[in-house]
Amino acid sequence: MLEIKDLHATVEGNEILKGITLTINPGEVHAIMGPNGAGKSTLSAVLAGRDGYEVTQGTITFDGKDLAEMAVEERAQAGLLMGFQYPVEIPGVKNIYLLKSALNAQRAARGMEDMPAPEFMKLIKEKIAFMKMDSSFLHRAVNEGFSGGEKKRNEILQMLVLQPKLALLDEIDSGLDIDAMKVVAEGVNSLRSEDRAILMVTHYQRLLDHITPDQVHVLIDGRIAKSGDQHLAQELEARGYEWVVEEPAA
Amino acid sequence: MSLPETLTQRLHAAAGAEEPQWLAGKRREGAAQFEAQGFPTRREEAWKYTDMSRLSGIEFGQATDSELDQALFEALRLDIDACRLVFVDGVFSSTWSDIDHLPEGLSVAPLSQALTSDQGSVSEQFGHLTGISFSPFAALNTALSNEGAVISIGKGKAVEKPVYLLFISRNRAEPVMSHPRILVRCEPESEATVIEHYVGEQGAANLTNAVTEIDMAPASRLSHYKLQEASQSEYHVASIQVDQRRDTNFTSHNLNLGGALVRNDLISDLNDENATVDLLGLFFGQERQHIDNHTKVNHNAPRTYSNENYKGILDGRARGVFNGRVYIKRDAQQVLGYQNNANLLLSDRAEIDTKPELEIYADDVQCSHGTTTGQLDENAIFALRARGIDEQMARGLLTLAFANEVMERIRHGVLTDRVERAVAGKLPDRFNLESLVEDTSL
Repeated sequence: MLEIKDLHATVEGNEILKGITLTINPGEVHAIMGPNGAGKSTLSAVLAGRDGYEVTQGTITFDGKDLAEMAVEERAQAGLLMGFQYPVEIPGVKNIYLLKSALNAQRAARGMEDMPAPEFMKLIKEKIAFMKMDSSFLHRAVNEGFSGGEKKRNEILQMLVLQPKLALLDEIDSGLDIDAMKVVAEGVNSLRSEDRAILMVTHYQRLLDHITPDQVHVLIDGRIAKSGDQHLAQELEARGYEWVVEEPAA
Repeated sequence: MSLPETLTQRLHAAAGAEEPQWLAGKRREGAAQFEAQGFPTRREEAWKYTDMSRLSGIEFGQATDSELDQALFEALRLDIDACRLVFVDGVFSSTWSDIDHLPEGLSVAPLSQALTSDQGSVSEQFGHLTGISFSPFAALNTALSNEGAVISIGKGKAVEKPVYLLFISRNRAEPVMSHPRILVRCEPESEATVIEHYVGEQGAANLTNAVTEIDMAPASRLSHYKLQEASQSEYHVASIQVDQRRDTNFTSHNLNLGGALVRNDLISDLNDENATVDLLGLFFGQERQHIDNHTKVNHNAPRTYSNENYKGILDGRARGVFNGRVYIKRDAQQVLGYQNNANLLLSDRAEIDTKPELEIYADDVQCSHGTTTGQLDENAIFALRARGIDEQMARGLLTLAFANEVMERIRHGVLTDRVERAVAGKLPDRFNLESLVEDTSL
């Protein structure tokens, strides 16, 4: 589903990613961990298509298509959706408008008609109930005045409505209290399916107690230094990152 | 520049018309004042950014009929349950008006009728607040106005049904000018809503020059809506003045979406304690539209409160002007006065001139003012695109969002809907946001 080959990327002329190779298949959940400054957020930004990040070498293929050729909105329409670490506040744009226009944009890109309003409202009602959110929230502006937990819940709600093929979750656990963490994790777990993949970028092993990954990768200095299963995460938690650097890459 | 011959003749005729003495006197003064001043030019400070002298070059006629077919009426009007007066190029249309079942405590009549049936009260109000020195346009209106609305809300009456004044401008072979005069009297402890709605047929290039005088007795409340969606070739000038006594509350929604050359002057006089005014404004210009809003709040008494929020959106080569003055009289202590003007420029060639003015002669007051002018937030655009929304639509949504702060204060569903759609419809090219606006209630 996602194939990253020898990816190099620069920010303002500095090379941050120095040759990442990673394959994610449908049904898999991957976690990328690593110390600060290893390039985790750069990788997220490159996948999301943020301005200012230049791919200088290598390829990213999503569902057989060259991601570099796709505009930000085309990536989302094709099913690659990013859950942001710092969701942006958008004053004046109601959540309901965002959800409706996003869903219909995705459908239009796939040659489908707009979802009929009653069906849309039924879908939304179901998903906000699942995320334990109040329906009044739909008529509030996107993330405006939301707590950290509410913002993250809102990211997951958007995922539940838009049903991505590949969900990228960038530090989705940061700033969450225990209850919000549970709701967010339940939301993410409900996305798991045979034809969908999830890629989590996280600093802390704790997230992986709630969402069990199939594979864990350690990103150090712009490269994947080690890959393994969920036990690798526990080892990182116990021993830190330093030992990985000293051992040869797996 | 000299005035067109027809206008000079009309002014002379008005000054010599056989009318009740009080009115004839005002006509003469108005005509003389306007003849002396003419249409304002940019040499005058208050008209620095808005050149009205081009009006001198146009021979405006005067409409004599109020012809209007049902289809056009239906297409232009707000479908709102209200007491309605309809004017076509300044001429009263009894066919389309509906004031047969006025709620208790409300009186509404066209000016032409009130001048015969209720002359006493008209003479007290006409020109009482908005005199001929208000502006050359107010003087012109005083000289020539023969139609408009006279509204009064009885003591202690809370009138639910809005008064809806619909002014329709037709696309005629020769352009015409009209001078609606609207007189509103709010008796003590009354409550009402008045909507002035200016619309036009496409291509209409008339001059509408309205004056609204609102007299608010103690503890009365009034919501005033002015929705201006004239054609993009129309000339539109409105002068609104409000006299607020103790414990009054006046809310103004000044919504300007149409017109080629538009000027609004709005003055609120807070003349006694605990008078409160809320001024909300939205203007959206595109192509070569020019929209000028001048507001003035006079805190003439202690413990009076004003809150102003004007938002402007300008696209194409449109030009906007905001001039907001807050005046606090000597010894008018414990006044709160807030003002904000935010503008969004959607094109490099659009322009805004914004000027907040604070003039304070008391020491125990709280005032603030601010203006911002900018483009859309690129982070927000990215966030929307990252959900699959294409860039044009993202820009459209954010522009609508910018206007929302003012639109969400509109308390009538029909009106909110109309404005929201009109704003969405004016958005560049490109995206039809209408399908979003409907069917999203749970």
